[in-house]
Amino acid sequence: MPSSLSHLRALCAAIALLFVFAHPAAAQLTFKPTAEAVQEDKLLNALKEGDKITGRISIPDTMASSLIQPAGRDWRDFQRSKLPIIGGVAILGMIALLAIFLMVRGRIRVDHGFSGTKILRFASFERFTHWLTASCFVVLALSGLNISFGRVLIMPLFGAQAFATMSGWAKIAHDYLAFPFMLGLAIMFLIWIKDNIPGKLDWQWIKQGGGILPNGKHPPAKRFNAGQKGIFWIVIIGGVLMSVSGWFMLFPYLPANVTALQFWTVIHAVIAMLFIAVMLAHIYIGSVGMEGAFDAMGTGEVDLNWAKEHHALWVAEEQAKGRAPSKDGTHAVAAE
Amino acid sequence: MARVKFLCDADRCIECNACVTACKNEHEVPWGINRRRVVTINDGKPGERSVSMACMHCTDAPCAAVCPVSCFYTTADGVVLHSKDLCIGCGYCFYACPFGAPQYPKVGNFGSRGKMDKCTYCAGGPEADSSPAEYAKYGANRLAEGKLPICAEMCSTKSLLAGDGAIIAEIYKERVMKRGYGSGMWGWKTAYADSPTG
Repeated sequence: MPSSLSHLRALCAAIALLFVFAHPAAAQLTFKPTAEAVQEDKLLNALKEGDKITGRISIPDTMASSLIQPAGRDWRDFQRSKLPIIGGVAILGMIALLAIFLMVRGRIRVDHGFSGTKILRFASFERFTHWLTASCFVVLALSGLNISFGRVLIMPLFGAQAFATMSGWAKIAHDYLAFPFMLGLAIMFLIWIKDNIPGKLDWQWIKQGGGILPNGKHPPAKRFNAGQKGIFWIVIIGGVLMSVSGWFMLFPYLPANVTALQFWTVIHAVIAMLFIAVMLAHIYIGSVGMEGAFDAMGTGEVDLNWAKEHHALWVAEEQAKGRAPSKDGTHAVAAE
Repeated sequence: MARVKFLCDADRCIECNACVTACKNEHEVPWGINRRRVVTINDGKPGERSVSMACMHCTDAPCAAVCPVSCFYTTADGVVLHSKDLCIGCGYCFYACPFGAPQYPKVGNFGSRGKMDKCTYCAGGPEADSSPAEYAKYGANRLAEGKLPICAEMCSTKSLLAGDGAIIAEIYKERVMKRGYGSGMWGWKTAYADSPTG
């Protein structure tokens, strides 16, 4: 087949000519394959704080496109060095403060003694919501602290295997109890927001030391005083931050970005430590710290004298509505 | 004792993904988990480079430092391994790892991601060497058989090197000298910064 061979030869020559004329011109323009090759050093040095070297991958897991993320070291440093200090100062500091407060101020008594007459302070649904959120919070706090400090504080006591088994269950509890906690948070917000709008009275209450520091003086307050309003807003804002940051940890493929996940874990941990510290103060003043205070969330009914001392305006409102015993001690039974 | 490492000579990597496939096959890695992957930097531009990346078996490994249950350990060869019996699937190692090595079998069901899985340098786990229990959890233990990781062993361009860190670094430096260029020992600065030789 001489003719077809010569055809092929001619075609090859034509293609070769094409390359000779067309290619060098293009090649001389820019391409220097070695000099312009990607350099790891340059990429690392050009990285900004918290940034990472990324590229294209051919697998569906988008998080795998991150090649090197030196920010992992900062996250490690936060977990191992900074967080123990933040948590230690916040939680141990608060316990120390409360101990000092108990020693100096002692238990806050009802100045006029118990009257024996009760007034309904929290209805059963309110108490249910409080304890739903509170019980979840306690488990969440303990299992969370276990993640941060268990390895150092608890693991040496039980050994690695038993500690890992316990931590595994604690993590499951942490993951699942997050949902009733968020539910409780939402209900608390809805049922108590109307009594927690800051007002002029709160400023007076703060200026007078809240009736906690000076003995026997009680600035007037409505249903919630400024301190309680503070707790309400700390719980709501802290709870929302915990929920949002926790949500991304529960569903890590939502942000699908290791940098974002690092950010949210740091938020989660720092807010958690502060949250726990504040809640310790809340637990203290609602139990050991103040006589008669626990009844509000226990039975729901507080002593009339306690209510008058701490929430004078609220008692007056309730009496005006006929939902509270009047001054002479006769018990007005709710109509419902 | 040798200090084993990985080294990817990106100037030789042709992004064939055979290392990825070989790894998945050797260890029967489940769908969705990639112990090794190839990332292409500046894809489609002049001077693009592909890097095959897995666990770098860091010196003073960040994963081991942040693990809440301390499930990681380093072998005498410098391989970073972990115990799936201890792992609680919290994801902390993934946040700390500079190379995105830790993988999780489950996706997005209330954060229960299952036991973490990562490159073992083909060295199995805490179970008895080459036992069925070890294979089920961690895959093949080639190191116990005197073999190097499968990904590097079958790399067609010998881009991915595995073995004694000092020796593979020497091989890479010779290559750079001979050809006159090299895009760097990817990940080494981050993984072994405190001990460039060890």
